[in-house]
Amino acid sequence: MSKQSPVHFHRMKDMPSTHLLGTGTPMCAGCGGLETLHTLYDILGEKTVFVNAAGCMTLLSVYPFTPFRGGWLYTSMGSAPAGAQGVRDALDILLQKKKLSAEEDVEVVVITGDGAAYGMGMSATSAAMDRNLDFIYLCYDNEGYGNTGQQYSAATPHAAITSTSKGSHGYPGYKKDLFAIWAAHNPAYVATVIAAEPLDLAKKIERLQSLSGPRMLISLAPCPTGWDYDPELSVEVGRLAVRTGVWPLKEYIDGEVRHTKIPKQRQPVEDYLRLQGRFRHLFEPQRDEAGIAEIQARVDAYWKRILEE
Amino acid sequence: MTAKLLTGNSAAAWGARLAPVDYIPAFPITPQTEIIEDLAFWVDRGELDARLVTLESEHSMITAAAAAASSGVRAFTATSSQGLLYGMEMIYTVSGWRTPFVLVNVSRGLASPITLESDHNDIMAARDSGFLQIHCATCQEIADGVLIAYRLAEHPEVRVPAIVNLDGFYLSFTREPVDLPDASKAAAFVGEYDPENLQFKGNTPLSQAMAVLGGGPYSYFRYETHLAVERALSIYDEVIEEFAATFGRRYDKIDAYCMDDADYVFIMLGSFSTKARDAVDSLRAAGNKIGLLRPRLFRPLPAALLRQWLRGRRAVAVIDQNISMGMGGILHSELATALYGIDKAPLLASYIGGLGGRDISQQEFFAIADELNLAYQQGAAPPVRLLYTRNEMTEMRKLQAIAQAEHAEIRQAEGKS
Repeated sequence: MSKQSPVHFHRMKDMPSTHLLGTGTPMCAGCGGLETLHTLYDILGEKTVFVNAAGCMTLLSVYPFTPFRGGWLYTSMGSAPAGAQGVRDALDILLQKKKLSAEEDVEVVVITGDGAAYGMGMSATSAAMDRNLDFIYLCYDNEGYGNTGQQYSAATPHAAITSTSKGSHGYPGYKKDLFAIWAAHNPAYVATVIAAEPLDLAKKIERLQSLSGPRMLISLAPCPTGWDYDPELSVEVGRLAVRTGVWPLKEYIDGEVRHTKIPKQRQPVEDYLRLQGRFRHLFEPQRDEAGIAEIQARVDAYWKRILEE
Repeated sequence: MTAKLLTGNSAAAWGARLAPVDYIPAFPITPQTEIIEDLAFWVDRGELDARLVTLESEHSMITAAAAAASSGVRAFTATSSQGLLYGMEMIYTVSGWRTPFVLVNVSRGLASPITLESDHNDIMAARDSGFLQIHCATCQEIADGVLIAYRLAEHPEVRVPAIVNLDGFYLSFTREPVDLPDASKAAAFVGEYDPENLQFKGNTPLSQAMAVLGGGPYSYFRYETHLAVERALSIYDEVIEEFAATFGRRYDKIDAYCMDDADYVFIMLGSFSTKARDAVDSLRAAGNKIGLLRPRLFRPLPAALLRQWLRGRRAVAVIDQNISMGMGGILHSELATALYGIDKAPLLASYIGGLGGRDISQQEFFAIADELNLAYQQGAAPPVRLLYTRNEMTEMRKLQAIAQAEHAEIRQAEGKS
């Protein structure tokens, strides 16, 4: 894929003013994943093929409708990066044999949820990075198997109530550090993003457009349905995920991790937790001081380590 | 044409080379691995203008093969046994993408217990997937079968992937003289890959493999695939005529041996049919009018042709190198379905043998022939036979005795400590 000359995103008014992705999709109101996809698609444009794994976004393209103006290929839950491999290799073969012109070439974009990215699709993703596949991967991480009713996944945060962790203490495990796992492969690019910070997101998309090889994005995807909050709060929940330090915005490039938005005065995590029904048990019927303190301590420890580096 | 001494695996690789293929997603598994080694060697030396990529699993490998075929190139891949099963989600999935490509399966028994040698339970698991299936009995048939499979799969009226099956060890590692088709003639026979409407291009919006909502659209696409696979039945004849005219070798849907006046018939798939052929020769010499049928094309199943061949015969032994737990031989079930209710239907007897590389001896073929004779005289089919000799049982009992003795020894030692 020939690399485009970058457009510079400095201010909000530099952002695309209209969306390329069609409307009327079956995504839930307030879907944080769809917001990230809008921005990604607006910037990448229609010369793209989205290779999808089973998840919420599979329902974007239901015969005979699609919101995409370019390509779409649904694969399976575990093998979207392998689908991207087949598509990319075929495009390269056709380019080499002069059966496809450079203008006809397309960017291959894997789009999966956290269920695929953190679990079933992990070996396919790891291997795509081993092979230095030239592709973009967007994981919309809503911290559970959302499409089946929000069962806990390896992306679920500690203490979250899910439909398979309904007990009074929620999910006993801890969210897996996918960023570190992906970065350990030394791909061209890895970043965490969130739609509620659109400029940070746009700059990262711009950066990955100037690179080739595996370019990996993990977008925290606030999920009104799975996290149990009013859809109108999606942007607020997203902003608080960043301002409380729960979702650090960072990127990995050339062996270095750089934090792209360090909250100056971190808000207490409970500002983030309190908005979401999945954490209500930390506040009602009585406040679980120890539970909240544990989550706060983990976030504090992370930032202490980062700020001391 | 040049005759070469080739293993079945090499013959499969030559088939892919002669098609020729553009793209080879690969993953090693015994006894298939030599196929991808040969192809990798040719790609490295520039003798084959293709791209070979090792994926991390058969599930990914089959995804990549179909995704590439969906993007406009001719793809080839190969696997065996556990690998075919590991990729089975995608085997069922990609046939519905309606992307033609060829997968060579080198048959090997399935776990448990885990083993390396051949039987047909792996390929039978793909029976209902929508892949075409061509079963080979010789190395020549493998090289030719890959070319035929591409023509059939890529035919505008078919457009589904195809599996070419060969038996692990018995064919994969056995050298036989193979007349390799001339490269330019082979390429002309297969033709250029026509992706039709399957191609991702910057200026052409296209969605593939989309979800459907509801049974109506779902059934439509499932029926479409079924009808496409069925169409391959008549198109196979056209393809095979052209192959025979070009290369002088004819591969009918069903290979028939000594069938003209046969009262009794062996039916089986794959390379073990060559053992049955020897048995037919001996039995014929002893005055038994017996013949052999070997379906080459298994999906689509040439049911009408099977009825034609079998109407009026006295008794038929279906010899399955597979076992459907709780039901028995799968080919037997298919034959029973094909023959049910026809006039002058033969008695149908079921034998299961040759599992996990176990031989089927000439004596066993003779015993089966005797049973067919008796069944005809008595007017009833014998019960299902699981082929196993007294000697095999004795050997098995010895192994169990060793295992028990070892176990007792360990327990005794534990008791002392």
